[in-house]
Amino acid sequence: MQLELSAEDQEFREKVRTFFTTEVPEEIREAVREGRELTKEQFVESMQVLNAAGLAVPNWPTEWGGQDWTELQRHIWHEELQAASVPLPLAFNATMIGPVIAHFGTDEQKRKFLPPTANLDIWWSQGFSEPDAGSDLASLRTTAVRDGDGWVVNGQKTWTTLGQYGDWIFTLVRTDPDVKKQAGISMLLIDMTTPGVEVRPIELIDGGHEVNEVWFEDVRVPGENLVGDLNGGWTIAKFLLGNERVGVAPVGQVKGALARAKEKGAAVLADDPLLRARVAELENELLALELTALRVVARSADGAPHPASSVLKLKGSELQQAVSELTLDLAGSGALVFGAQEGSGLEEWAQRAAPTYLNFRKASIYGGSNEVQRQIIAKTILGL
Amino acid sequence: MDFTYDDEQVALRDAVRGLAGKAYSDFEQRRRTVADDPGWDEDQWRRMAEMGLLGLPFAEEDGGVGAGPVEIGIVCQELGRVIAPEPYLTSVVLAGGLVSAVGTPEQRGEVLGALSTGERVLAFAHDEPGTRWTSTASEVTAAVDGDTWTLSGTKEPVLHGARADLLVVSAALPDGGTGLFLVEGDAAQRSGYRTLDGGRAARVLLDGTAAAPLGTPGQDVTASIATVRDITRVMAANQALGAMQTALAATTSYLTSRKQFGVTLNTFQALTFRAADMYVSQELTQSIVDWATMVVAKGDPAEVATAAQRAALQVSRAGRHVGQEAIQLHGGIAMTAEYSVGSYTAHLTALDHLLGDGGHVLRELAEDVLDHGALEPLD
Repeated sequence: MQLELSAEDQEFREKVRTFFTTEVPEEIREAVREGRELTKEQFVESMQVLNAAGLAVPNWPTEWGGQDWTELQRHIWHEELQAASVPLPLAFNATMIGPVIAHFGTDEQKRKFLPPTANLDIWWSQGFSEPDAGSDLASLRTTAVRDGDGWVVNGQKTWTTLGQYGDWIFTLVRTDPDVKKQAGISMLLIDMTTPGVEVRPIELIDGGHEVNEVWFEDVRVPGENLVGDLNGGWTIAKFLLGNERVGVAPVGQVKGALARAKEKGAAVLADDPLLRARVAELENELLALELTALRVVARSADGAPHPASSVLKLKGSELQQAVSELTLDLAGSGALVFGAQEGSGLEEWAQRAAPTYLNFRKASIYGGSNEVQRQIIAKTILGL
Repeated sequence: MDFTYDDEQVALRDAVRGLAGKAYSDFEQRRRTVADDPGWDEDQWRRMAEMGLLGLPFAEEDGGVGAGPVEIGIVCQELGRVIAPEPYLTSVVLAGGLVSAVGTPEQRGEVLGALSTGERVLAFAHDEPGTRWTSTASEVTAAVDGDTWTLSGTKEPVLHGARADLLVVSAALPDGGTGLFLVEGDAAQRSGYRTLDGGRAARVLLDGTAAAPLGTPGQDVTASIATVRDITRVMAANQALGAMQTALAATTSYLTSRKQFGVTLNTFQALTFRAADMYVSQELTQSIVDWATMVVAKGDPAEVATAAQRAALQVSRAGRHVGQEAIQLHGGIAMTAEYSVGSYTAHLTALDHLLGDGGHVLRELAEDVLDHGALEPLD
């Protein structure tokens, strides 16, 4: 038992911290810090700066640009990215489809997709959820029917985050309707410029356009775009969702948000003991979460996600929401302004408080809803 | 950065688990033990002495073993897992800790030597009716005439005060500040009673009672009292963690065996989700308790004070959550004294109120929220 990082890990932390705070453009980091919407170009530029230094996809196999780091070093990298307000490498590329192709893909698929995926030359979208397949993902109904060497895809995906920027979409499709629902699913990679693919925006309660519906109408997909085994898609989905839960606790981001809330709301806090108590309570819970993340990191040495990572998802999303709620309350009546307004005399953080609060309601729904996490804890850990 | 025990620590944990489990893993045995005074088992105390547990925190030259906070935390966790009634926390960690921190070399050797061998049981007489978790004394006052010191006033509740051979007593000093004194147990007028968790406490009346100053006579030792209370708070958090683990394990075991409506209770998601939330509370608690224990090992008193507050806040919240839910998820059986879980909840409640509950430390933490930016546990 010891608290200090080893000299080697301290040096590592210093190295990545210096890189993030000096090499990633300040205007991008400021936009993240202030909670502004990033442009596609900002996402791409930031990821390419990281990728050029080998810091975009450290979790991949080393032959495809990954790093031979310890779990703790990966954790430090992830925390320092957030502490420096660097946009996280696009999750669809870096933590979802990249590792899937590296693990399940053919050599041809690896050569074709992995380098541009790491460099965000291809922007991937995720085609999993459907209107009738949310938490119950395996009940998805989008079909892929054999047509010569290829497939014809029909159906509808939804909640496709930033799909308006997508070049390619990785999809789960039903390739065998006659077996148990998990056993008839495959993964197909689909070029979003293919005729029959249509992206329609969904307006959200925060006023933003973050997610989309993606429609497929007789979309022809080459046979070589199947990932892994035919009807082996569920295994891939579980692999992908397992990766998604690791590092899903946005500790660094929430810490930064809470510290900024204190800074911006200092005058209100100095006056209000109940708000100060909320801050103190949140800081303590966040401390406990961060320490838990460190314990989980130490226990996932073999690379497999520890079941306690469900605790991180559950508590991390709750705290993310609670901090956005605190910020909303600190903003007082200033929170009535919805989104940044030209000519308003109110501070930018106060104007963004309400959309941010509403936006983060998503956190306990995505990445396996918090109810799904409770189910995992109850079944896998507690044996209930 | 390492949250795991080394081989010796694992061996210590297994040894203590064996000793404590042999005595109390059968809950009926604990019930029988706490039924009669002094509320714990003198033979078990001797066995703990033989294993070296009673001298664990103290320097070797004082008759102790010279182990660190991590080892003490291990012992407290294991005692907590079976809610062992022996006064380890109050006699060894708290009262012994004060003697170790403040006593002269002679006092340390004599008192801690006898404590370590199990010969003498100590108690810290500090709380006074009407005070609320402070590090100072006010109602009990010290008077000096030449070299002779006497104490007058009432201490209550004094945990294990009636059984203690030797009392460490805090008192307001004639020239201001709070001093510590050693008073022979039978020199004070004591009336003992039960605490909510089957333990014992006493009202201790001092009326011109002869007392030996602990350490330098007349010296204000408020800061030392505060630090030893902080360390004890972290060890109490370890003990509470052990108790929570058992309470949750008992609950999950009950949910998978108890049948209602023809099925086991774990069929009902309303119940399993609540158990999952208990697990979240327990895991977050373990993280902060391990961290606070390591902060104690680093030894900076200001850092220890904050870590103790943070551990106390989390443990208070989690202890109440886990304790209350353990009873609710069991149902009526957990209301009985015969079944274990209710007593775990009672013990968690007692630990919460020993040195300052969640609301108390939250008020202190809330005063300081604007003094720092983001918390960095690894720096």
